[in-house]
This record gives sequence, structure tokens and C-alpha cells, in this order.
Amino acid sequence: MLAALVRTTGSLAIAEDAVQDAIVTALEVWPRTQVPDEPRAWLTVTARRRAIDVLRREAARGGKELAAMAAVEPDDGPVPEYVVHDDLLRLLFTCCHPALSLETQVALALRTLCGLSVAETGRALLVPEATMAKRLTRARQKIAVAGIPYRVPDAAELPDRIRGVAATVYLLFNEGYSPADGDAPERRDLAAQALRLCRLLRELLPDEASIMGLLALVLLTEARRPARIDADRFVLMADQDRSLWDASLIREGVLLVGLALQRTPDSPDLYVLQAAIAACHCLAATAGDTDWVAITSWYDVLVRIADTPVVRLNRAVALAERDGTVAGLAAMDEIDGLDSYALWHAARAELLLREGLKHEAVAAFEAALELPVNAAQREHLRARLAECRPAS
Amino acid sequence: MPQYAALIYNADLDWTQPEQAHIMGDYNEFGEAAAALIRGGAALYPTSTATTVTVNGGKGGDVVTTDGPFAETKEVLTGFYLLECADLDEAVKWAAKIPGAWTGRVEVRPVIDFGAGAS
Repeated sequence: MLAALVRTTGSLAIAEDAVQDAIVTALEVWPRTQVPDEPRAWLTVTARRRAIDVLRREAARGGKELAAMAAVEPDDGPVPEYVVHDDLLRLLFTCCHPALSLETQVALALRTLCGLSVAETGRALLVPEATMAKRLTRARQKIAVAGIPYRVPDAAELPDRIRGVAATVYLLFNEGYSPADGDAPERRDLAAQALRLCRLLRELLPDEASIMGLLALVLLTEARRPARIDADRFVLMADQDRSLWDASLIREGVLLVGLALQRTPDSPDLYVLQAAIAACHCLAATAGDTDWVAITSWYDVLVRIADTPVVRLNRAVALAERDGTVAGLAAMDEIDGLDSYALWHAARAELLLREGLKHEAVAAFEAALELPVNAAQREHLRARLAECRPAS
Repeated sequence: MPQYAALIYNADLDWTQPEQAHIMGDYNEFGEAAAALIRGGAALYPTSTATTVTVNGGKGGDVVTTDGPFAETKEVLTGFYLLECADLDEAVKWAAKIPGAWTGRVEVRPVIDFGAGAS
């Protein structure tokens, strides 16, 4: 695009400015209008218009005639798929530039790559709409004036950029799979766009284990999606109808996990490990067949590289299955910092109920319901709560 | 092409003292390597020589001068370069080659080009 514009305007500076302006406009406009079917064509036309404006202004200033103006016309035509993919990747890397904070990267990606409104982006990231609007404006301004480039980094820079991009894509997927709050139990458009971006990253970096892991994790999670909501109510994995799971996604995901594990024998990767755990779940024909010994071991490794309260909570759930409810509860109670995390209360409630501690379970379900959950999770928690109260 | 100020924050130092000679050597190397994009810059005397000025009550108010830098911090502005780069990635790449980034920090800030016309 730049090369063509340099050719027609005869000025690298004007062409570069025009392209940069078009990108900033895209960051502003696309979230409102959705990313066009042919982003490259859109950007080209916008950049050309911008270049014409600049040339006209310069011509007026210098009193010159611009005979070459006719050359600056869009050469419309079908844009090949790989060009569209290239534009999405560029946009992804621009949104995920390390000169932007992680929250800003995710916000920009949700807004620009997934087409969420400012209000929706704010809700997804638990930030008031006005704050989110300010943050997005500041981000666009920084992209423009600081000259954050619109390009996929070259091979030498890519390894440093992968982590940030992967983290953002994973957060996009999670927000689609399990919205932070609101009435929708899932946002399939977000999850689908995240999956698309994962596949593009895999094409860009076919040998990168963490990207294989990320794609596998997304595939294996997506595979179980059809079974996890029933009549607007969240269904626990143990109770899901496994015949609804998507066998072809599982096959693809499991193959990728195998490949990724081979490439990381002595440097466990966050996404590969989580994908391995997801694979264990997906490969169990029934809930009773789940290999909790393997899953607990994977969590042991995961805790070593990513010791977060949520990882510890998941490990405690696995431990309860492997070593019994008492061990699981003990592990859960050891975790600090999850008082305001609804799923911690909900997981504890389930184990308390198994131990026959109904009063404590009721209190834990109630605590979970006090915290932000989406509508499907709330329905599930309410139903569980009703089940542990004696019928009246 | 955009210009960037690379502001060098480090432990306070006196560039003019002989014990800084080895650092000056590193800076000279940077200066040669980046000659094509350096548009300006300066090394600053230590903050003990700094005077901070403020006008109480806004325009036309009382001029108050204070001995010392704006903020007493461990790392202070010790100098800066003005670099002309294609984009932020290039500016960051060069900022990482400034010796001050190895011992302290370099803040990269885009410079406003008031001559660029309205936009």
C-alpha cells in the first residue's frame, strides 16, 4: 500500500503520513462500522484521499498545478485473502505494541479487532464507560503522535512481541467464552475472532510452541462450548453431554498439544500446559474416566511457572478429585486473594456439599452470588443453592 | 520523519569530572553510531546546579525560585538527545543503545512539529 502511494504521490513523507492517518482513522472508525470485508482496500482508499488532501493543500500553498493528481486514484479490485489476513495481523500487532499498557492493548483489541462499543469494552474490563473512552482516546493519540508503526515486526523482534500478543488474544477469547458480567452467557463473535487471530498467528509462526499451545487451548475450550450452556444455564463440566463436544476441534487441538509438548520438554509454556489439561478433559469419554492424576500433575507444573490464585484454585479442584474432598478443601482454603472471586466461593460450596456441610455450602453459594457473574453463571448458582436448601 | 527526545535519567553525575571518562567513551561511541539521526542534544550539569522556577498565582504573579531540581529523586535528568527516526520502534531501538539506558532509564517522547501544518 505504502509503495503504491509513494509511487503515485512522489513523496515518501506524504505517503507515510497518509498511511499513518488512515490507520488512526481505522482505529477510530472500524469499531463503529465493523472491520470492513476488505480492510486493505479501505485503508488504501482512505490513505489516497488523505494524500490528495495534502497534495491539494501544498499545491494551494505553493501556487502549483498538480498535473499528477489524476494518478492518485484507487485501483479497486478484489483483495486477496492473504492481504486481509496481513492487515488483521498488522492491526493486532499495533494494538499490542509494548509501548501501550496491557489494559490498553486489550481495550484497543476489543474495540478495534472485535468491534465492541466503548461501553461494552468498559464492561468487559470492569471500567466505567467514561474512563474507557478516555483510555482509548489517549491510546489512539499515542499511536499517532509517538509513531507506533502499523506492521508485523520482523523476525528479530517477533519473539519479544509474541507474549504480549498471545496474552491479548487469550483475553479476547476468554471474554467471548465467559463474559465478565452482563446478560450474555457467551459472545461467540469475540471467541470466533480470537480463534481466527490464533490461526493467523500460527500461520505467521508455525514453529512457535506457545502459539501452538494457545491455538490448542482455544480449540479444546471451544470444542466443549456446545455443551456448557443449557437453557441459559451454565452446566458444570461433569454434567455436560459429551456427545455435543466437537470431535474435529478436539482432534486438531490434541494433535497440536502433542507437537507443542515435544518442542518444550524442558521449558514448560503457560498455554501449552493449559492446553494439555484441556486435552485431558476432552479425551475422557465420561466424567468418571477423567485422568485426575495427570491433570493434577500438569497443574503442579503450571503452578511452578504461573503461581496465581486462580491457577491454585483449579489445582485444588483437581486435587479434590484425585485425593478426596478434604484435601481439595484444605488446598482451597490456603489460597489468599480470592475473596472477591465468585468461582472460588462456588468451588468451595461444591466440595462442602460433598462433605455434607450444607450450611457452609449455602453460605458459600450465597457469597458467590454477591459477586459479579454473568447471567448463565448466576442461574446455575441459584439452582445449586435451591438444591441444597431443604424443600419448603 | 518524526523526531523523538530521548531523555536520559540516571543517578546524578558530573559529566565534566575525569572519573566519567569511561562513560564519555561509551557516549562517543553512541554518538558515532547514531550520527545520522542525532538532531541535537545536551549533557546537563548535576542537579546541585539546578534552579527551579515557578510563578505563584499564575501569569504576572510572584516569581519563586528554589534551589535544586523539580523533584528530588534517585534518578534525575542528566541529558538528552533529539533523534530523528522512522517510528517508535526505531526510536526505542536506538534509545536502548544510549549508555544511560544500561544504568538508568531513557524516556522516549515524540517531539511536536509545529511546522507540520494543521492536523
